[in-house]
Amino acid sequence: METLKIKHTAKSRLAGKKDQAIIGVVASGNLEVLLERVLPDTRCEVDIATTAEGFDDTWKAVVADFVERRSPGGLRISINDGGARPDTVYLRLMQGAALMEAE
Amino acid sequence: MMEDTATRAQASWFQATARQRIDGLLDPGSFTEFLGPAERVQSPHLALFDLPAAFDDGVVIGRGTLDGKGVLLAAQEGQFMGGTFGEVSGAKIVGLLRAARDAAGGGNGKDDLPRAVLLLLDSGGVRLQEANAGELAVAEVMRAVVEARSNGVAVVALVGGKSGAFGGAGLTAATCSRIVVSEEGRIGVSGPEVIETNKGVEEFDAANKALVWSVVGGKNRRLIGGADAFAADTMSGFREAAIAVLGKVPPFDLKTLKAEQARLAGRHSKLGGCDDAVGMWKVLGIKNPPAVRDMDEDAFTGIADRLKEANHDAR
Repeated sequence: METLKIKHTAKSRLAGKKDQAIIGVVASGNLEVLLERVLPDTRCEVDIATTAEGFDDTWKAVVADFVERRSPGGLRISINDGGARPDTVYLRLMQGAALMEAE
Repeated sequence: MMEDTATRAQASWFQATARQRIDGLLDPGSFTEFLGPAERVQSPHLALFDLPAAFDDGVVIGRGTLDGKGVLLAAQEGQFMGGTFGEVSGAKIVGLLRAARDAAGGGNGKDDLPRAVLLLLDSGGVRLQEANAGELAVAEVMRAVVEARSNGVAVVALVGGKSGAFGGAGLTAATCSRIVVSEEGRIGVSGPEVIETNKGVEEFDAANKALVWSVVGGKNRRLIGGADAFAADTMSGFREAAIAVLGKVPPFDLKTLKAEQARLAGRHSKLGGCDDAVGMWKVLGIKNPPAVRDMDEDAFTGIADRLKEANHDAR
Protein backbone atom coordinates (compact mmCIF):
# COMPACT_ATOMS: atom_id res chain seq x y z
CA MET A 1 0.00 0.00 0.00
CA GLU A 2 1.16 3.50 -0.75
CA THR A 3 -0.35 6.78 0.37
CA LEU A 4 -0.05 10.10 -1.42
CA LYS A 5 -1.22 13.60 -0.64
CA ILE A 6 -1.54 16.08 -3.49
CA LYS A 7 -2.39 19.74 -2.86
CA HIS A 8 -3.56 22.23 -5.47
CA THR A 9 -4.72 25.81 -5.68
CA ALA A 10 -7.86 25.88 -7.81
CA LYS A 11 -9.02 28.88 -9.88
CA SER A 12 -12.44 28.91 -8.23
CA ARG A 13 -14.89 27.12 -5.97
CA LEU A 14 -16.65 24.11 -7.53
CA ALA A 15 -20.26 25.01 -8.27
CA GLY A 16 -23.16 23.30 -6.49
CA LYS A 17 -24.42 22.84 -2.97
CA LYS A 18 -23.83 19.20 -2.16
CA ASP A 19 -21.43 18.84 0.75
CA GLN A 20 -20.38 15.27 0.03
CA ALA A 21 -20.58 12.52 -2.56
CA ILE A 22 -19.10 9.08 -3.16
CA ILE A 23 -18.60 7.26 -6.45
CA GLY A 24 -17.01 3.94 -7.45
CA VAL A 25 -16.11 0.80 -5.53
CA VAL A 26 -12.81 -0.54 -4.20
CA ALA A 27 -12.24 -3.52 -6.48
CA SER A 28 -9.58 -4.74 -8.87
CA GLY A 29 -9.07 -2.05 -11.53
CA ASN A 30 -11.58 0.23 -9.81
CA LEU A 31 -11.51 2.82 -7.04
CA GLU A 32 -13.79 4.77 -4.74
CA VAL A 33 -13.68 8.55 -4.60
CA LEU A 34 -15.13 10.43 -1.62
CA LEU A 35 -15.58 14.18 -2.14
CA GLU A 36 -16.20 16.55 0.79
CA ARG A 37 -16.71 20.30 0.58
CA VAL A 38 -14.68 21.23 3.64
CA LEU A 39 -11.80 23.42 2.43
CA PRO A 40 -11.47 27.15 1.61
CA ASP A 41 -12.82 28.06 -1.86
CA THR A 42 -9.58 27.88 -3.82
CA ARG A 43 -7.97 24.90 -2.16
CA CYS A 44 -8.16 21.28 -3.24
CA GLU A 45 -6.50 18.33 -1.54
CA VAL A 46 -6.41 14.76 -2.78
CA ASP A 47 -5.52 11.89 -0.42
CA ILE A 48 -4.80 8.60 -2.14
CA ALA A 49 -4.36 5.09 -0.74
CA THR A 50 -3.38 2.71 -3.51
CA THR A 51 -2.31 -0.91 -3.92
CA ALA A 52 -0.22 -0.05 -6.99
CA GLU A 53 3.10 1.31 -5.77
CA GLY A 54 5.45 3.57 -7.71
CA PHE A 55 2.96 5.54 -9.79
CA ASP A 56 3.29 8.92 -8.01
CA ASP A 57 4.01 10.81 -11.24
CA THR A 58 0.96 9.29 -12.96
CA TRP A 59 -1.32 10.21 -10.05
CA LYS A 60 0.05 13.76 -10.00
CA ALA A 61 -0.52 14.13 -13.75
CA VAL A 62 -4.11 12.81 -13.62
CA VAL A 63 -5.02 14.99 -10.63
CA ALA A 64 -3.41 18.07 -12.24
CA ASP A 65 -5.45 17.49 -15.42
CA PHE A 66 -8.63 17.15 -13.37
CA VAL A 67 -7.96 20.32 -11.36
CA GLU A 68 -7.20 22.25 -14.56
CA ARG A 69 -10.40 21.02 -16.25
CA ARG A 70 -12.91 21.27 -13.36
CA SER A 71 -11.38 23.71 -10.84
CA PRO A 72 -12.59 21.71 -7.80
CA GLY A 73 -11.98 24.47 -5.25
CA GLY A 74 -13.12 23.69 -1.70
CA LEU A 75 -12.96 19.93 -2.06
CA ARG A 76 -11.10 17.37 -0.02
CA ILE A 77 -11.01 14.26 -2.19
CA SER A 78 -10.15 10.90 -0.63
CA ILE A 79 -9.41 7.86 -2.76
CA ASN A 80 -9.20 4.14 -1.97
CA ASP A 81 -7.71 2.56 -5.06
CA GLY A 82 -7.69 -1.06 -6.14
CA GLY A 83 -5.22 -0.54 -8.97
CA ALA A 84 -7.40 1.42 -11.41
CA ARG A 85 -5.95 2.67 -14.71
CA PRO A 86 -5.44 6.42 -15.13
CA ASP A 87 -8.47 6.76 -17.44
CA THR A 88 -10.70 5.10 -14.82
CA VAL A 89 -9.32 7.42 -12.13
CA TYR A 90 -10.03 10.44 -14.30
CA LEU A 91 -13.55 9.20 -15.08
CA ARG A 92 -14.36 8.74 -11.36
CA LEU A 93 -13.00 12.19 -10.50
CA MET A 94 -15.17 13.75 -13.22
CA GLN A 95 -18.24 11.75 -12.06
CA GLY A 96 -17.59 12.85 -8.48
CA ALA A 97 -17.35 16.52 -9.47
CA ALA A 98 -20.63 16.20 -11.42
CA LEU A 99 -22.34 14.71 -8.34
CA MET A 100 -21.12 17.61 -6.16
CA GLU A 101 -22.55 20.10 -8.67
CA ALA A 102 -26.06 18.58 -8.45
CA GLU A 103 -29.01 20.61 -7.00
CA MET B 1 -25.53 12.95 -16.70
CA MET B 2 -28.86 11.89 -15.16
CA GLU B 3 -30.57 9.03 -16.98
CA ASP B 4 -34.33 9.14 -17.17
CA THR B 5 -36.39 7.33 -14.55
CA ALA B 6 -37.63 4.55 -16.83
CA THR B 7 -34.10 3.67 -17.92
CA ARG B 8 -32.90 3.56 -14.35
CA ALA B 9 -35.79 1.31 -13.26
CA GLN B 10 -34.76 -1.20 -15.94
CA ALA B 11 -31.07 -1.18 -14.97
CA SER B 12 -29.58 -4.54 -13.97
CA TRP B 13 -29.53 -5.32 -10.24
CA PHE B 14 -26.78 -7.89 -10.87
CA GLN B 15 -24.48 -5.27 -12.41
CA ALA B 16 -25.27 -2.44 -9.99
CA THR B 17 -23.31 -1.30 -6.94
CA ALA B 18 -24.87 -1.41 -3.47
CA ARG B 19 -25.58 2.33 -3.61
CA GLN B 20 -27.15 2.11 -7.06
CA ARG B 21 -29.42 -0.68 -5.81
CA ILE B 22 -30.60 1.45 -2.90
CA ASP B 23 -31.37 4.32 -5.28
CA GLY B 24 -33.29 2.01 -7.59
CA LEU B 25 -35.16 0.16 -4.85
CA LEU B 26 -36.45 2.86 -2.51
CA ASP B 27 -38.74 5.81 -3.18
CA PRO B 28 -36.64 8.53 -4.87
CA GLY B 29 -34.74 10.76 -2.45
CA SER B 30 -36.04 8.92 0.64
CA PHE B 31 -32.79 7.30 1.78
CA THR B 32 -30.87 8.53 4.83
CA GLU B 33 -27.59 6.74 5.50
CA PHE B 34 -26.34 5.86 8.99
CA LEU B 35 -22.54 5.90 9.51
CA GLY B 36 -21.89 7.14 5.98
CA PRO B 37 -18.54 7.02 4.19
CA ALA B 38 -17.40 10.42 5.48
CA GLU B 39 -17.39 8.94 9.02
CA ARG B 40 -14.69 6.54 7.79
CA VAL B 41 -15.81 3.62 9.94
CA GLN B 42 -13.66 1.13 8.10
CA SER B 43 -11.85 -2.14 8.68
CA PRO B 44 -8.89 -1.91 11.10
CA HIS B 45 -7.56 -5.25 9.83
CA LEU B 46 -7.05 -4.91 6.09
CA ALA B 47 -3.98 -2.68 6.33
CA LEU B 48 -2.15 -5.56 8.07
CA PHE B 49 -2.56 -7.51 4.83
CA ASP B 50 -1.57 -4.55 2.68
CA LEU B 51 -5.13 -4.41 1.31
CA PRO B 52 -7.14 -1.27 0.62
CA ALA B 53 -10.05 -0.41 2.92
CA ALA B 54 -13.42 0.99 1.86
CA PHE B 55 -14.85 4.06 3.60
CA ASP B 56 -18.07 2.16 4.40
CA ASP B 57 -16.38 -1.27 4.78
CA GLY B 58 -18.58 -2.55 1.97
CA VAL B 59 -21.93 -2.19 3.77
CA VAL B 60 -24.39 0.69 3.42
CA ILE B 61 -27.02 0.99 6.17
CA GLY B 62 -29.85 3.45 6.66
CA ARG B 63 -33.57 4.09 6.39
CA GLY B 64 -35.97 5.21 3.70
CA THR B 65 -39.39 4.50 2.32
CA LEU B 66 -40.64 1.80 -0.04
CA ASP B 67 -43.99 2.55 -1.63
CA GLY B 68 -44.51 5.17 1.06
CA LYS B 69 -43.83 2.82 3.98
CA GLY B 70 -40.76 3.11 6.20
CA VAL B 71 -38.00 0.51 5.94
CA LEU B 72 -34.55 0.00 7.41
CA LEU B 73 -32.01 -1.34 4.97
CA ALA B 74 -28.52 -2.84 4.79
CA ALA B 75 -26.80 -3.37 1.43
CA GLN B 76 -23.62 -5.37 0.92
CA GLU B 77 -21.20 -4.25 -1.80
CA GLY B 78 -20.38 -7.52 -3.54
CA GLN B 79 -17.56 -5.99 -5.57
CA PHE B 80 -15.57 -5.01 -2.46
CA MET B 81 -13.83 -8.13 -1.06
CA GLY B 82 -16.73 -10.28 -2.27
CA GLY B 83 -19.21 -8.46 -0.02
CA THR B 84 -17.74 -10.31 2.93
CA PHE B 85 -18.68 -10.08 6.61
CA GLY B 86 -15.84 -8.41 8.50
CA GLU B 87 -15.77 -7.01 12.01
CA VAL B 88 -17.04 -3.57 10.96
CA SER B 89 -19.30 -4.51 8.04
CA GLY B 90 -20.95 -7.18 10.20
CA ALA B 91 -21.35 -4.84 13.17
CA LYS B 92 -23.15 -2.30 10.98
CA ILE B 93 -25.78 -4.90 10.02
CA VAL B 94 -26.07 -6.13 13.63
CA GLY B 95 -26.54 -2.57 14.90
CA LEU B 96 -29.29 -1.90 12.38
CA LEU B 97 -31.14 -5.13 13.28
CA ARG B 98 -30.82 -4.50 17.02
CA ALA B 99 -32.16 -0.98 16.61
CA ALA B 100 -35.17 -2.46 14.78
CA ARG B 101 -35.58 -5.11 17.49
CA ASP B 102 -35.43 -2.56 20.32
CA ALA B 103 -37.78 -0.13 18.61
CA ALA B 104 -40.34 -2.86 17.93
CA GLY B 105 -39.95 -4.19 21.47
CA GLY B 106 -40.58 -0.73 22.88
CA GLY B 107 -37.28 -0.94 24.74
CA ASN B 108 -35.34 2.23 24.15
CA GLY B 109 -37.93 4.79 23.12
CA LYS B 110 -36.83 5.00 19.48
CA ASP B 111 -40.13 3.53 18.37
CA ASP B 112 -40.37 5.73 15.31
CA LEU B 113 -38.08 3.26 13.53
CA PRO B 114 -39.75 1.13 10.82
CA ARG B 115 -40.79 -2.46 11.58
CA ALA B 116 -39.27 -3.79 8.36
CA VAL B 117 -35.64 -4.48 7.46
CA LEU B 118 -34.42 -5.21 3.94
CA LEU B 119 -31.09 -7.07 3.64
CA LEU B 120 -29.61 -6.60 0.16
CA LEU B 121 -27.26 -9.58 0.40
CA ASP B 122 -24.33 -9.85 -2.02
CA SER B 123 -21.66 -11.85 -0.27
CA GLY B 124 -19.44 -14.90 -0.38
CA GLY B 125 -19.57 -15.13 3.43
CA VAL B 126 -16.90 -14.44 6.05
CA ARG B 127 -13.98 -12.17 5.15
CA LEU B 128 -11.12 -14.62 5.55
CA GLN B 129 -8.61 -11.92 6.52
CA GLU B 130 -10.77 -11.11 9.55
CA ALA B 131 -11.29 -14.77 10.43
CA ASN B 132 -12.89 -15.12 13.86
CA ALA B 133 -14.21 -11.55 13.90
CA GLY B 134 -16.01 -12.31 10.63
CA GLU B 135 -17.39 -15.64 11.91
CA LEU B 136 -18.64 -13.90 15.05
CA ALA B 137 -20.20 -11.18 12.91
CA VAL B 138 -22.23 -13.77 10.97
CA ALA B 139 -23.39 -15.44 14.19
CA GLU B 140 -24.40 -12.06 15.63
CA VAL B 141 -26.25 -11.10 12.43
CA MET B 142 -28.25 -14.35 12.46
CA ARG B 143 -29.11 -13.93 16.14
CA ALA B 144 -30.09 -10.30 15.53
CA VAL B 145 -32.37 -11.32 12.61
CA VAL B 146 -34.15 -13.87 14.80
CA GLU B 147 -34.48 -11.44 17.73
CA ALA B 148 -35.86 -8.74 15.45
CA ARG B 149 -38.36 -11.18 13.93
CA SER B 150 -39.47 -12.40 17.34
CA ASN B 151 -40.24 -8.78 18.24
CA GLY B 152 -42.47 -8.46 15.20
CA VAL B 153 -40.00 -7.00 12.67
CA ALA B 154 -40.20 -8.32 9.09
CA VAL B 155 -36.71 -9.10 7.76
CA VAL B 156 -36.57 -9.66 4.01
CA ALA B 157 -33.49 -10.83 2.07
CA LEU B 158 -33.01 -9.64 -1.52
CA VAL B 159 -30.51 -11.79 -3.45
CA GLY B 160 -29.38 -10.99 -6.98
CA GLY B 161 -25.81 -9.72 -6.84
CA LYS B 162 -22.58 -10.98 -8.38
CA SER B 163 -21.39 -12.65 -5.18
CA GLY B 164 -24.77 -14.30 -4.53
CA ALA B 165 -25.47 -15.28 -0.91
CA PHE B 166 -23.03 -17.95 0.20
CA GLY B 167 -21.46 -19.01 3.48
CA GLY B 168 -22.68 -16.72 6.25
CA ALA B 169 -24.84 -14.79 3.79
CA GLY B 170 -26.64 -17.99 2.77
CA LEU B 171 -27.17 -18.80 6.46
CA THR B 172 -28.39 -15.26 7.11
CA ALA B 173 -30.88 -15.53 4.23
CA ALA B 174 -32.23 -18.73 5.78
CA THR B 175 -33.04 -16.87 9.02
CA CYS B 176 -35.09 -14.15 7.27
CA SER B 177 -38.88 -13.83 7.17
CA ARG B 178 -38.95 -13.86 3.40
CA ILE B 179 -36.42 -14.23 0.55
CA VAL B 180 -36.57 -12.60 -2.88
CA VAL B 181 -34.26 -13.94 -5.59
CA SER B 182 -33.58 -13.25 -9.27
CA GLU B 183 -32.43 -15.79 -11.84
CA GLU B 184 -28.90 -14.40 -11.45
CA GLY B 185 -29.09 -14.61 -7.66
CA ARG B 186 -27.45 -17.67 -6.17
CA ILE B 187 -28.04 -18.97 -2.66
CA GLY B 188 -26.06 -21.65 -0.85
CA VAL B 189 -23.71 -22.32 2.03
CA SER B 190 -20.64 -24.03 0.58
CA GLY B 191 -19.88 -22.73 -2.91
CA PRO B 192 -19.42 -25.11 -5.86
CA GLU B 193 -15.59 -25.00 -5.72
CA VAL B 194 -15.63 -25.80 -2.00
CA ILE B 195 -17.91 -28.80 -2.53
CA GLU B 196 -15.78 -30.09 -5.40
CA THR B 197 -12.56 -29.66 -3.39
CA ASN B 198 -13.92 -31.54 -0.39
CA LYS B 199 -16.12 -34.20 -1.98
CA GLY B 200 -14.67 -34.67 -5.45
CA VAL B 201 -15.76 -33.76 -8.95
CA GLU B 202 -18.22 -36.69 -9.02
CA GLU B 203 -20.19 -34.98 -6.23
CA PHE B 204 -20.33 -31.55 -7.87
CA ASP B 205 -18.50 -30.38 -10.99
CA ALA B 206 -17.80 -26.70 -10.33
CA ALA B 207 -16.62 -26.19 -13.93
CA ASN B 208 -20.03 -27.25 -15.27
CA LYS B 209 -21.67 -23.83 -15.24
CA ALA B 210 -25.06 -25.08 -16.45
CA LEU B 211 -25.14 -27.56 -13.56
CA VAL B 212 -23.94 -25.01 -11.00
CA TRP B 213 -26.43 -22.32 -12.03
CA SER B 214 -29.34 -24.72 -12.26
CA VAL B 215 -28.68 -25.99 -8.72
CA VAL B 216 -27.75 -22.82 -6.80
CA GLY B 217 -29.44 -20.26 -9.08
CA GLY B 218 -32.60 -18.33 -8.35
CA LYS B 219 -34.98 -20.44 -10.44
CA ASN B 220 -34.20 -23.65 -8.55
CA ARG B 221 -34.27 -21.88 -5.17
CA ARG B 222 -37.71 -20.51 -5.98
CA LEU B 223 -39.10 -23.85 -7.23
CA ILE B 224 -37.95 -25.88 -4.21
CA GLY B 225 -39.24 -23.29 -1.73
CA GLY B 226 -35.86 -21.77 -0.84
CA ALA B 227 -37.08 -18.33 -1.96
CA ASP B 228 -40.57 -16.85 -1.73
CA ALA B 229 -40.56 -14.53 -4.71
CA PHE B 230 -38.82 -14.36 -8.09
CA ALA B 231 -37.71 -10.93 -9.26
CA ALA B 232 -36.67 -9.75 -12.70
CA ASP B 233 -33.01 -8.66 -12.70
CA THR B 234 -33.93 -4.98 -12.63
CA MET B 235 -34.38 -2.27 -10.02
CA SER B 236 -38.14 -2.26 -10.58
CA GLY B 237 -38.21 -6.08 -10.48
CA PHE B 238 -36.74 -6.15 -6.97
CA ARG B 239 -38.80 -3.15 -5.90
CA GLU B 240 -42.08 -4.77 -6.92
CA ALA B 241 -41.14 -8.13 -5.38
CA ALA B 242 -40.05 -6.51 -2.10
CA ILE B 243 -43.30 -4.54 -1.84
CA ALA B 244 -45.31 -7.72 -2.52
CA VAL B 245 -43.56 -9.94 0.05
CA LEU B 246 -43.59 -7.26 2.77
CA GLY B 247 -47.38 -7.47 2.54
CA LYS B 248 -47.46 -11.17 3.51
CA VAL B 249 -44.77 -11.90 6.08
CA PRO B 250 -45.53 -14.91 8.31
CA PRO B 251 -45.61 -14.35 12.07
CA PHE B 252 -42.50 -15.60 13.90
CA ASP B 253 -43.92 -18.13 16.31
CA LEU B 254 -43.80 -21.82 17.21
CA LYS B 255 -46.36 -22.65 14.52
CA THR B 256 -44.22 -21.08 11.79
CA LEU B 257 -41.06 -22.82 13.05
CA LYS B 258 -42.79 -26.20 13.19
CA ALA B 259 -44.14 -25.65 9.68
CA GLU B 260 -40.59 -24.84 8.53
CA GLN B 261 -39.23 -28.01 10.13
CA ALA B 262 -41.96 -30.08 8.47
CA ARG B 263 -41.38 -28.34 5.13
CA LEU B 264 -37.63 -29.04 5.15
CA ALA B 265 -38.08 -32.66 6.26
CA GLY B 266 -40.67 -33.19 3.54
CA ARG B 267 -38.44 -31.61 0.92
CA HIS B 268 -35.52 -33.80 1.93
CA SER B 269 -37.52 -37.00 1.68
CA LYS B 270 -39.04 -35.96 -1.64
CA LEU B 271 -35.97 -34.50 -3.40
CA GLY B 272 -33.03 -35.96 -1.44
CA GLY B 273 -32.40 -38.68 -4.00
CA CYS B 274 -32.13 -36.34 -7.01
CA ASP B 275 -28.78 -35.84 -8.75
CA ASP B 276 -29.42 -32.42 -10.24
CA ALA B 277 -31.92 -29.58 -10.49
CA VAL B 278 -33.74 -30.94 -13.55
CA GLY B 279 -34.32 -34.18 -11.64
CA MET B 280 -35.89 -32.21 -8.78
CA TRP B 281 -38.13 -30.26 -11.17
CA LYS B 282 -39.34 -33.55 -12.62
CA VAL B 283 -40.22 -34.92 -9.17
CA LEU B 284 -42.05 -31.68 -8.43
CA GLY B 285 -44.31 -32.47 -11.37
CA ILE B 286 -43.15 -29.78 -13.79
CA LYS B 287 -43.88 -30.68 -17.41
CA ASN B 288 -40.79 -30.58 -19.63
CA PRO B 289 -38.37 -29.74 -16.78
CA PRO B 290 -35.28 -28.91 -18.95
CA ALA B 291 -37.26 -26.02 -20.51
CA VAL B 292 -37.31 -24.23 -17.13
CA ARG B 293 -33.71 -23.12 -17.67
CA ASP B 294 -34.52 -20.93 -20.67
CA MET B 295 -37.99 -19.85 -19.62
CA ASP B 296 -38.75 -16.11 -19.44
CA GLU B 297 -39.87 -14.48 -16.19
CA ASP B 298 -43.60 -14.49 -16.83
CA ALA B 299 -43.72 -18.14 -17.86
CA PHE B 300 -41.49 -19.11 -14.94
CA THR B 301 -43.47 -17.14 -12.37
CA GLY B 302 -46.63 -18.77 -13.71
CA ILE B 303 -45.21 -22.22 -12.91
CA ALA B 304 -43.58 -21.27 -9.60
CA ASP B 305 -46.65 -19.55 -8.19
CA ARG B 306 -48.78 -22.67 -8.76
CA LEU B 307 -46.29 -25.14 -7.23
CA LYS B 308 -47.14 -26.39 -3.74
CA GLU B 309 -43.51 -26.69 -2.57
CA ALA B 310 -42.69 -23.14 -3.63
CA ASN B 311 -45.54 -21.46 -1.77
CA HIS B 312 -45.77 -21.98 1.96
CA ASP B 313 -46.38 -20.17 5.22
CA ALA B 314 -43.23 -21.53 6.83
CA ARG B 315 -39.80 -19.82 7.16
